[in-house]
Amino acid sequence: MPGGIIGKKLGMTRIFDEDGAAIPVTVIEAGPCFVVQQKTEAKDGYEALQMGFSRRPLARCNKPEKGHLEKHGSKSGFEVLREIRVEDAGAFQQAQEISVEQFAIGDRLDVTGTSKGRGFTGTIKRWKFSRGPMTHGSMSHRGPGSIGASAYPSRVVKGKKMPGRMGNARVTIKNLEVIDVRPEENLLLVKGAVPGPNLGVVFIRKAG
Amino acid sequence: MEPRLLQLSREQMRGDLPDFRPGDTVEVHVRIVEGDKERVQVFKGVVIRRRGAAVGATFTVRKVSYGVGVERIFPLHSPNLDKVVVLTRGRVRRSRLYYLRQRSGKAARIREKRSLRT
Repeated sequence: MPGGIIGKKLGMTRIFDEDGAAIPVTVIEAGPCFVVQQKTEAKDGYEALQMGFSRRPLARCNKPEKGHLEKHGSKSGFEVLREIRVEDAGAFQQAQEISVEQFAIGDRLDVTGTSKGRGFTGTIKRWKFSRGPMTHGSMSHRGPGSIGASAYPSRVVKGKKMPGRMGNARVTIKNLEVIDVRPEENLLLVKGAVPGPNLGVVFIRKAG
Repeated sequence: MEPRLLQLSREQMRGDLPDFRPGDTVEVHVRIVEGDKERVQVFKGVVIRRRGAAVGATFTVRKVSYGVGVERIFPLHSPNLDKVVVLTRGRVRRSRLYYLRQRSGKAARIREKRSLRT
């Protein structure tokens, strides 16, 4: 198995372990994924698999997608295509199913997703700046404060933390523990939070 | 809520606890593990709050112990709860009984509900 899978974040809940401790878990619908293309050292310069997740009819794919899928003999289209590096892509077959069964309880996973977009945010939310006093005559409430010295250097240093767009970026959370695997429902339960909104697409790989 | 998520949380939930509400006086029997021994501790007091849904639900019990107010929050579906015994049903008019914190002695009493709930 390739050590990775594409999934959909369903949401969070809690599980009680045998000691009665509540473990926060994220429930992910992981797979089933299907091999679409095997990339090889000889042809592509590296070994990788392209996997498809969440089937849709070929008629619902656009023409370039459809052409690509048909070229590699795929019978159906997918909502998501993602590539994963493997040792030997030739060991996998076309349309081979990749399921959550490759993971076991206690495994460590890296989960990648697109974080929730926060829009244009100030420095307090974006960089954890402190707030000024809200009362007692203070007029500096949520502003960034000074952004540097005056005559020298007469400019703002590069990389200064300022307000701006936050979120909607690719984020990887590493080393999440697998709490439960349910192959019959394609569910994967990992300890802790995972980037992105509920029903967002996440990419899961073995940590390490 | 996503149905599969709800299903998953239902599996964790326990249906053996009696129905109780804020204002009720309860005895909460908690399993406590000390080293390799397990014993049951009883916490008796008034339910002042219930919150949350599904597995995440909790309730808060308040009691006055040696003149000091003690509040304990229990996860409603925790396997560490041995049992919950309802001693009396209270007649209260709100769902959060935080006003009890400001009261002591006779003023902190809660009237008992007359009619039997089914």
